[in-house]
Amino acid sequence: MKKNLLLFLIFAQTTVTVNAQVDSSLFKDTRNDTLSAEAMNMDAVYERPFFHAGTSPVSVGGYIEAGYQYIGEDGITEGHTFRIPRFTLFVGSSLHPRIKFLSETEFEEGGKEIAIEFAALDINFSHMLNLRGGIIMNPIGAFNQNHDGPKWEFVDRPIAMTKMLPATWSNVGFGLYGKQFVNDWGFGYEIYLTNGFDNSIIANGENRTFLPAAKENAERFEESSNGQPLITGKLAVKNHNIGEIGLSYMGEIYNAFEDDGLILDEKRRLDVFAIDFNTSLEKTSTYLTGEWAWVMVDVPETYGQQFGERQQGGFLDIVQPVLRSTIAGFNNAVLNLACRLEYVDWNVGTFRETGANISDDLWAIVPGVSFRPSAQTVLRLNYRYMHQQDILGNPPAKIAGIQIGISSYF
Amino acid sequence: MKELNVYTLILFTVGFFFMISCEGIVPEAPDEEDLLDGPIAGLSYEEQDQFLKGDIAFNDDIFTPKTGLGPTFVAASCGSCHPGDGKGHPSTTLIRFGQTEPNITLNLKGAPQLQNRAIPGYQPEQLPEGIPSMKMTPPAVTGLGLLAALTDEQILGNADPNDEDGDGISGVPNYVTPPDYFIPEDHHQPENGKYIGRFGKKASAVNLLHQTATAYNQDIGITSTFEPKDVYSNLTIDPEVSDQVVRDVVFYLKTLKAPLQRKQNDPDILRGKEVFNILRCSSCHIPTWSTLESDIDALSNKTFYPYTDLLLHDMGPGLDDGATEGSAETYEWRTSPLWGLGLSPDSQGGKYFLMHDGRAQSIEEAILMHGGEAQNSRDQFQSLSSVEKEALIKFLESL
Repeated sequence: MKKNLLLFLIFAQTTVTVNAQVDSSLFKDTRNDTLSAEAMNMDAVYERPFFHAGTSPVSVGGYIEAGYQYIGEDGITEGHTFRIPRFTLFVGSSLHPRIKFLSETEFEEGGKEIAIEFAALDINFSHMLNLRGGIIMNPIGAFNQNHDGPKWEFVDRPIAMTKMLPATWSNVGFGLYGKQFVNDWGFGYEIYLTNGFDNSIIANGENRTFLPAAKENAERFEESSNGQPLITGKLAVKNHNIGEIGLSYMGEIYNAFEDDGLILDEKRRLDVFAIDFNTSLEKTSTYLTGEWAWVMVDVPETYGQQFGERQQGGFLDIVQPVLRSTIAGFNNAVLNLACRLEYVDWNVGTFRETGANISDDLWAIVPGVSFRPSAQTVLRLNYRYMHQQDILGNPPAKIAGIQIGISSYF
Repeated sequence: MKELNVYTLILFTVGFFFMISCEGIVPEAPDEEDLLDGPIAGLSYEEQDQFLKGDIAFNDDIFTPKTGLGPTFVAASCGSCHPGDGKGHPSTTLIRFGQTEPNITLNLKGAPQLQNRAIPGYQPEQLPEGIPSMKMTPPAVTGLGLLAALTDEQILGNADPNDEDGDGISGVPNYVTPPDYFIPEDHHQPENGKYIGRFGKKASAVNLLHQTATAYNQDIGITSTFEPKDVYSNLTIDPEVSDQVVRDVVFYLKTLKAPLQRKQNDPDILRGKEVFNILRCSSCHIPTWSTLESDIDALSNKTFYPYTDLLLHDMGPGLDDGATEGSAETYEWRTSPLWGLGLSPDSQGGKYFLMHDGRAQSIEEAILMHGGEAQNSRDQFQSLSSVEKEALIKFLESL
């Protein structure tokens, strides 16, 4: 029961009606807690609180993140900074018990960037066979799909999953998914064909192989950059007593090797493998979640060693509830201690000229405290400390500071 | 009571974070003397603003195929070759070719610099077979404004082409044909339409605009109104970087501070300095210079310690690559400034890559590679006691 409660807290799966809304009688929570036990990471887009008015088939929801930080690098700081990293709206509808639609629109940094991260129609044929089409979130790792701010105890998203893998990475395409639970065991799969990456992953302002650069190409929602589909697939297994583990793959020919029937370059591949897991330790109720990914990119040999052919990175979150109680009138409020460990190496390899290691890497440790007055809302206080080395392995930039944030579904 | 405890815990936690002062939270800055980057003291607000713009253009602006990179190139940004404004690494070493004797340029495609990288779909340039070339490790770019502020008369004051003083040292200036956009200043003393070069391993760039515009062009494949020809096609194309950005970078290079000597009063370092002078290393690596008036007030009337004479010297057959620039002989190299030498590993990945092409992996190796006019000093170095050698190395590391 405790474990379920913890899972419930971490993933912010709503089990309560919202009392604080204005004229709340107009709204009804469509979720119930029986879903959470059989929820897997692949269900993240639907495992959110939605509300609908009366008998309308349309449900709405969303979440907001806001924060403050005071961070500096080697004695230099930008000072006190207040941010609203994202404000996200969900709109869903169920036209038929087995046909669902959901969209997720994100406004980043107060509207500086607006993106439709998800807008897909799901048709259910059976537990093991669902068709999904539209703008989908490629299921590489777990964070890409399961990224809602209120689900996490840390102000920043994991660096490896946002600056190496491109969370939140979504594309137009189609695919199949399904899952089946037998007793304590559940199995899920997803496979999609979508548009994908482009030359920008090795031609960008970061001066490194950088998959997130492809997010800036909004044309991928209109057409593929090279006519080659991006294949993304994931297998996941969950045991109610142990946890969930997922293995995923994403790959394609990424470059524009042909245009108007003319060959412009060799076909160059991108392949990404990821493993993700989450579990809780029975005795201590400690919740662990982590993800690690490997990226392999065919970079032209003559393009420069700045652009890595291999990358790797990931994170481990350790969350320890230390108090569950009624606090300031909030029933079942939880206070957690948490720590994130993360690492990214954007360029795995050695220099041709010297044989020395190519660095371009980063590690961080982020201890923190989070307070959840309700499952859907989290207040966080983090201290971030990280080292980042340039490609040559020169003395690292030391970056540290405090981050305070709130995030809540609404 | 339980709630009280919770509030106490929360307050304690929040208080803990805020009790640490903001300054305490941020990692400490390295000592100023351990850094190469940063502006020279005394810039006005406007000058600081231009310095920042130049800093961004130099260190943060990364060129891509869309913004003009290449098609053939050496690096995608200035900062790629000069990390932290320091010396570069063998992975960004330049290869220059096209001239095998003074003042005579061979008409070779792609000369004077090899662009050994190419954007996807293109092939990098190939070095013509049988043509001598020279490799050049990117130099540190700090303190250049002070060197730029010296007058030709000051530089010529140390020239001794015919070794009239008989000390075996015969520094000569490299007279080069300046580009069309070069505007002479009052102090320039041309000879047959050529001007004294003072930047680059062969002193082939007459001023920092010349150095910067050609680096954009030949290193990154970026055209400007100053250097409008694309190195790949050898045809003029639209400018890919604005005049203002180029001038901001020039200003940034002019106003980067000079490296500071560390532990100057350490007895070993003081002894090493004596050895440096006794070995007459200081005949070419002249320690002290002073500027006169400059268009930038912060550079005017400043005494500084670059350890160079900005002149070319015969460095012997071991350092003769068979290629050259301007009026320099193939065996002549400009005296490399030694300021910042001890900080080189901080920009070269933890190791030394010294001499013009990074072939020396320690200061001692570099000294032992000196020949020609420096042969006597090298021989004397070899006969030093280990204590004296150590003191000399310590002194050089302190620069």
